[in-house]
Formats: sequence, C-alpha cells, structure tokens
Amino acid sequence: MADEKRGVVAFLTRKHGGRRIDLADVLTYLYLLAGVVVMFGPVVWLVMSSFKAQSNLFDFPPSFLPQKQDTVVMEGYEQPLPLYDITFADGTTRRLAQVRRVGLQVTMVDPAQPEAEPLELNIRELAGRREVKRVFFDLSNYSGGVQSFPFFTYLRNSVVITVVATLVTLLINSMAAYGLSKFHYRGRDTIFLIMISTLMVPISVILIPAFLVITKVGWNNSLWGVIIPGAATPTGVFLLRQYMLTIPDELLESARIDGATEWRIYWQIILPLTSPALAVLTIFSVMWRWNDFLWPLIVLNRSELFTLQVGLNAFQGALNVQWHYILAMTVLTLLPITVVFALLQRYITTGIATTGMK
Amino acid sequence: MRTTRVSKRRGGKRKLVMAWIGRLLLKPFVVLATLADVVLGPLQKLLGMQRMGYFFVLPNLLVFGIFILLPMLLNFYYGFTAGDSILPENRQFVGLANLESLFSCQPTFLDPRSESFMNPSVCQQDRFWRAAGNTLTFVIFQVGVMVLLALVTALALNREVRGRGFFRSIFFYPVLLSPVVVALIWKWILQPEGVFNGILVGMGLERLPFLVEANWARLWVIVVSVWAQMGFHTLILLAGLQSIPHELYEAASMDGAGAWRSFRQITLPLLMPTMVVVLVLSLIRAVQVFDQVFVLTTGGPGTATLYMVQYIFQTAFDRQQFGLAAATSLVLAAVLFVLTLGQLRLGRTSEIA
Repeated sequence: MADEKRGVVAFLTRKHGGRRIDLADVLTYLYLLAGVVVMFGPVVWLVMSSFKAQSNLFDFPPSFLPQKQDTVVMEGYEQPLPLYDITFADGTTRRLAQVRRVGLQVTMVDPAQPEAEPLELNIRELAGRREVKRVFFDLSNYSGGVQSFPFFTYLRNSVVITVVATLVTLLINSMAAYGLSKFHYRGRDTIFLIMISTLMVPISVILIPAFLVITKVGWNNSLWGVIIPGAATPTGVFLLRQYMLTIPDELLESARIDGATEWRIYWQIILPLTSPALAVLTIFSVMWRWNDFLWPLIVLNRSELFTLQVGLNAFQGALNVQWHYILAMTVLTLLPITVVFALLQRYITTGIATTGMK
Repeated sequence: MRTTRVSKRRGGKRKLVMAWIGRLLLKPFVVLATLADVVLGPLQKLLGMQRMGYFFVLPNLLVFGIFILLPMLLNFYYGFTAGDSILPENRQFVGLANLESLFSCQPTFLDPRSESFMNPSVCQQDRFWRAAGNTLTFVIFQVGVMVLLALVTALALNREVRGRGFFRSIFFYPVLLSPVVVALIWKWILQPEGVFNGILVGMGLERLPFLVEANWARLWVIVVSVWAQMGFHTLILLAGLQSIPHELYEAASMDGAGAWRSFRQITLPLLMPTMVVVLVLSLIRAVQVFDQVFVLTTGGPGTATLYMVQYIFQTAFDRQQFGLAAATSLVLAAVLFVLTLGQLRLGRTSEIA
C-alpha cells in the first residue's frame, strides 16, 4: 500500500527527463503564480469594478464580483422591492422586502407570505439589517460613459494616428535604411552617425523647440503634428539597416542586370526580404503611437482632436468623482491592444526579445 | 482520419482567404509603387545608380532634420535666452543666467531662511532641486528593484516549467498598457475606498493614506512603474539566458558544480552584457519618468513626486518660462548623454571580457 502510494506521488511529480520536482521547482511555481496575481490582478480588478453599478462602486469593503441589491416582484406593488436580511432583537433572522422607509421607520413584507400584514419596524430596535446582494454585471457604466465621454471620436483619432504614423514610419524608415545600407555616396556615413547619435534623445529633452517648429509649420491642433515628428525614428532606421546589411548584394546585382530600377529593387526585393524586421517595427510603432501621451498632450489642445490617452487623462482630471465612467472607459481603452496582444503574443514577445529595443 | 483531412483542407482554405485579403490590402500600395517607378526611372538616369541613395534617405532625413535635429540645436538657443515669448526673434540673450537661476537655491514661497543660499532647507523648497532630488531617489530605487525582480523572473521563466509561454505573456502584458491606463488602474486600487484599504480594514487594521502621504506616494509611484515596465526587461534578460549554451551547464555539473556555483560562475558572467543593456535602458527610462506619475499623482502631494520632465513641462507650458525649461532640458540631455556613453563603454568592456 505504502509502496503504491509512493508510486503515485512519483508519477504525479515526474517531469520529462525523469527528474522529480524538487524544492526549487515548487518555489518557481509559487513565484510565477504569485506573479500572475500581481501582474494580472490589477487589470482583472479594473474590469470587475467597471461592471459595478454606480451605487455599489464604493461599497466598503469592496467585493470582487460586481453586485447589486437583490429585489423581488410582489403582487400589489408596482416597483420591485429591495430585499434585506433583518435580524430581530431576539436573534431571529428573516428575509424581508422593504416597501417604504420614512426616517427610521421601515415598512416590510415577507415575500414568502404575501397575504400577511406588512410589518412596521424601527431600524434602531433591530439587531441587524443587511442588504441581500447578488452578482450582477451592470453595463450602464459603458452605455453612459460612451455618451458623456466622446469615446468614438477619440478612438478614431487614435486609430488614424496609429495607422497613418505606422505606415509613414515603415515607408520612410525602410527607404532610409536601404539608402544607408546598399549605396555608396558622399556623406552617407555622416548621415548615419548623426541619426544614430540621437537614438537616445527622447522627446522630453526637445519639448520646447519641437513645439515651436510645429507651431511654425502650422501643425499644432492637427493630427499631422502628432504623426510626422515621430515618424523618422532613428530606432527604426537602425533596426532595418542592420537587417538589410545581411541581404547579399549579388541578389541586387542580378536584378540590376535584368534592368530593374533601384525603386523596383526596393519594393520588390528589399521589402519582402526585410519583412521580419518590418513586422517588429510595426509592433513597436503601434505600441508607441497608441500609448503616446506627452507629445499629443502638447500638440493637441482642441478636445475633438484628442487621442484616447489624452482624452482619458482630461476626463479623469475634469470629473474626478465620476469613477464609474472612468473605469469603463479605461477598460475600452486597453481592450484593442489587449486583443492584438492575445492574437500575436508569440510574435511580439519573441520580436522584442530578439531586438531588445523599445 | 477523415476529420483531420477535412479540417486540414478547411485550414488550407482559410489560409488562401487570408492571402487573398492580404493581396487585396496591398493592392493600392502596389499600384502606387508601380506609378512611382514611372517618375523614378528617369530620376535614376539623371542621378546615376549610386546617388539614388540620396533619394532614398531624403524623406526620412527631412523629417529627422526638421523635427529632431533642428529642435536639438534650437534648444541651446532657448537655454541661453530669456523672455516669455516662444518666438526666437523676441528673446534676449542672457548667457548662463538660466542655468544660474536653475542651480541657485530659491524657495518657492517667501521664507525668512531664504537669505542664505547655503541653507539646504531652502534648496528643499526650490522646485528644480526638489525635482532633481526626487528623480535621483526614484531612479535608484526603481532601477534597483526592477532589474533585480526582472532577473529573478527571467531565471524562473528560464527553468523547465509548464505553461512557460503563458507566464511569459502575463509578465509582459502590463508593458503594453499605456501610462494613462496604468495610472488609472492603480489610482482606483489605491484610493481611500480601494481594494487595499478594504483588505486592511477587513483584517481589522486602519486605512492607509496611499497616495495622500508623501512617502507612501513615492513608494507607490516606484511600485507602479516597476509593475508596468518589468516585463520588458524580463524578456531581454530571458533572451540573454537562453543564448547561454546548455553544454556549459552539463560540463559544470559533470565536474560536480552545484546549482549555486554554476549560477555564479556561468550564468552571471555570461549574462553580464545583457545586464548592462537592461541596466542602461532602464536608467534612461527612469530619468525621464513622467506620464504615469503625472496621471497618478500630478506630482503630489505637494512636490513629493515632482520629477524632472514634469518640471520641464510645467515650467514651459504652465508658467511660460521657456528659457528655464530649455536649460533644464539641457541638463537632462547631459545626464542622458553620460548614461549612453556609459553604456557604450560598459558594452565594450563586457564584450572583451
């Protein structure tokens, strides 16, 4: 018997390679499971909270699942009646529905005995009076939030900026990378060096003059002012150039002999061969643009041009108490990027791990 | 047998549809590219093949020059001029005055002690020095804690665990969230009626002023930014760990080395180049801390979580003191420059080693 038991344990704890689970494995799993709670818990909490009705949002201590007070429909009463667990002074507890309340006086009926006379009770004389709750996912935060927060306008702006900026970035970065990797002309290395030296210069360092340039070009309060300045990212040029250097020159030579122009070589040979690096840059660009905050905050002052991030910040700053809408809108804002990640997570994680850039 | 064949065929059909959609989406670009060739063919004849390079570099170079390089140079101009106009022609040259007033210790409100510039408590009230001090403490603790946790997580994920892809994705997920979303998630958790206070009260303890009291706010700002960024650095470290050849560990264990010893003598030294990259990347990001904190605490309570970029942002766009803000940018740029140089130096030595 004991032998058999040991066999079962051994079987359950067996790993491939024949090794048994040891203390280090247990600790690893504990750490990783704790990590799941810490990393994902806050998001789950946000989502759960966003489904809580405004009246239950600040219930304290808060419940995990969204709840609302249970009601019962009774003959002779137009409205559904809220249910309470009433503990009387003698210690007995009954589940009663409240008909009306005037000050400390409540009128209650027993749903189980609809014919009985309503009870007139004084709250102060009761030993306990607790709302009966049931799990309820309230969608009104979403429907109401979308009305008081121009979600779809902001969504459109964010989508336009993300898509157009990513396309422009891919085009001009890949062209520059081709020009910097496969041609020999005067000034090439200087251009490359200057670009690379600004790899680590963030927008926060050139905030004021960049804003001036945008103003002079006439692009403040225009989506172009958000799209174009970040499109010439040195990170992208560097990434693509390093990749294009590995494409053999002989390939281009034979195309040239066949009479292909450089432009044709670029979009029919270079671009398809660079697609893995282009995919990584696409992921980065979408992430950067979708989540960008400081630059759109400066360039866009008219609220109909706000991106989701800027709009959400303005919304939470202006309506500090409207948490029920803020929560729902935050969930809607994180939804698109979450869906994209769920679909492409393997490519995203390996792409970032291999290039090590952000 | 039959079912697999059917599903396979269905999968093949789906692939065909996807490819068809892909071609359809690409169609306008293909048309445009073909049309462009009509113009670019003659251009190439004009320039010659090698000099077509200029043409390819030009669009990116223009955008780069106007929106990155020119502002970088202009920043110096702003840093050495004063005036409340953002237009360059309306500003007066003041030399180093901006930097001087930045570095001198001025109290933000009238204070009898302000006569002595040597008095450190006066510097405490100067917004610049406050921001600089806050940023320094933030950088030290945030980078320290984050790199350590990222290393531990990468080591855990590098072990033979079930569902590794799942765990890796979960740890990475917060990286994708925007700073505004991250800040709002945590603002909701940390508010007075939030879940943490709920747990505390449920255990019979007092509520804590998580974002209201200065030191609590500083702590939570660090925790939140570690939460949001750790996954990224974990991924890079994990890639570094996986590039260490397995044979080394096998050889070490044959020689009787224990787990701790092979960690210290194989993993750590071979991971060092990746560690340097992670360390410098996270330092550079930490120095620029802004958006999350701006939404979470707006720099408060008081100036407890006021950091450099927020100082620049507010000095420029709330107070219109562009010269002072540009001078601060120059200081920040110098710090970033030193950090980048440090990376290059460290990167080189660890390559040699």
